[in-house]
Amino acid sequence: MNNIMTARDLCLWYGQAQALKNINMDIAENSITALIGPSGCGKSTFLKTLNRMNDLVPGVKITGQVCYREEDIYDKNVDVNQLRREVGMVFQKPNPFPMSIYDNIAYGPRTHGIRKRGELDEIVEQALRDAAIWDEVKDRLKKNALGLSGGQQQRLCIARALAVKPSVLLMDEPTSALDPISTSRIEELAMGLKDRYTIVIVTHNMQQALRISDNTAFFLLGELVEYGDTQTMFDQPADKRTEAYITGRFG
Amino acid sequence: MERAGIAPRPFRKGDNMAKKKQLVENLVHGLFLLLGLITVGCVLLITLYLVVSGIPAIREIGLADFLFGRRWASTAAEPAYGILPFILTSIYGTAGAILIGVPLGFLCAVYLAKMAQPGIRNIMESAVSLLAGIPSVVYGLVGMLVLVPGIRRLFHVPDGASLLAAILVLAVMILPSIIKVSITALEAVPREYEEASLALGATPVETWFRVSVPAAKSGIAAAVVLGVGRAIGETMAVMMVSGNAPNMPDLFQSVRFLTTAVASEMAYSAGLQQQALFSIALVLFLFIMLINAALKAFLKGSKEG
Repeated sequence: MNNIMTARDLCLWYGQAQALKNINMDIAENSITALIGPSGCGKSTFLKTLNRMNDLVPGVKITGQVCYREEDIYDKNVDVNQLRREVGMVFQKPNPFPMSIYDNIAYGPRTHGIRKRGELDEIVEQALRDAAIWDEVKDRLKKNALGLSGGQQQRLCIARALAVKPSVLLMDEPTSALDPISTSRIEELAMGLKDRYTIVIVTHNMQQALRISDNTAFFLLGELVEYGDTQTMFDQPADKRTEAYITGRFG
Repeated sequence: MERAGIAPRPFRKGDNMAKKKQLVENLVHGLFLLLGLITVGCVLLITLYLVVSGIPAIREIGLADFLFGRRWASTAAEPAYGILPFILTSIYGTAGAILIGVPLGFLCAVYLAKMAQPGIRNIMESAVSLLAGIPSVVYGLVGMLVLVPGIRRLFHVPDGASLLAAILVLAVMILPSIIKVSITALEAVPREYEEASLALGATPVETWFRVSVPAAKSGIAAAVVLGVGRAIGETMAVMMVSGNAPNMPDLFQSVRFLTTAVASEMAYSAGLQQQALFSIALVLFLFIMLINAALKAFLKGSKEG
């Protein structure tokens, strides 16, 4: 399988504190990669280096290399906005814009210059269908998105990210604010999307990683301790620390 | 758990300590209530006074003649008490100030809240606060000495003291409130909205104008209303630069506002003239009440949405 993103010797500092230490990692195309580890281990930080959302944090310093389709995304000639079109993101807390459902989905395409009503309508419907929320909202596209339930809002945010047609979708603990039923819907959705997208998901929930991911990366104190096939890692972790974490001895 | 050696502590009302504490509570409560009532009392008193003293002149002149009369000649042999020129001047002057001050102040707020480096922002924000603290007579003075001659020369009009001069002074005077309230509104926009927009590949500028500003719109509307309130109530500065003649409003003519109409004649007025000035104050008061109600509605909107 192709690797769509690769990290080489990636280090990251927030001011003086080093949050990532020499991360080397390949992310396979059309797969789900789960990032697990205790709070503060650097898994979310790593996720955000993949679409350069860390640029927004003051005092951040990055060395090493992250490539998207063999192009260094930290090269100074890279258009960050273009990168983020290719590498979309869904956040921990559902964050729809305070506007209508339709305008939420159309926001990205409009930003990238699509103005024709017909074309937008099509994109909006397709994105909502892909995010498995079309049937629930098709009769109220003009209603404010904040009126939806938390789980619906998160699927709306996934639809919004899909509407700009990314190749990679980063999900930062997308279900941690949701109830079990909404969670399982998002999990099903993620598994349905991996034929067409590459998904990298940060999760606190090891069962979730086991259920949906192909590969799992275990982070601890800014280091990538173990990375490989999910099933293998959960059955026979190579590292003692991984074993201790997935069997619930800390974290 | 056992509480060996500790006598059971009574917790019912009735023992002396509790009674004393309760008494102090009640006293403080009552005192604060009284202080609150004094404020409310002032407002009620002023309102009542304005209504009582404003109505007789309106009844004598006639409501329509008073509000829509185009001529104000309070000291003429045959006096006329039409305040339409004042009402229109106040409305035009305020509208003009808003037209200039709101875009200026709003864009300044976007710059300060979103773009400016912390150091620059600190300096500029102190400047804005200082602008708010300058007494209006100083605005008037500068306007009189700089703006009025400037307008005379620039537009080749006989006298620069005009509605335009007043509009320009008011536009500057309302800047601080517009800037500050807009900044507060923009900063209240959840960071998540902006992150979502950036993560979709929107540039920062696109994000500010398509996400942050719409999300802050009710707060920004409140800023505008606050500016209107400030502009319509301003007296001293506009009196000094507007020429203070009771003409129908014209950009390059000397004009008189509702506020300045009261202020300029009160000192020597008597009889019906004085009563008419109270009526003008009443009209002004109603305007302000209207603006306050609008402000409240906007703020309520911003809390809910």
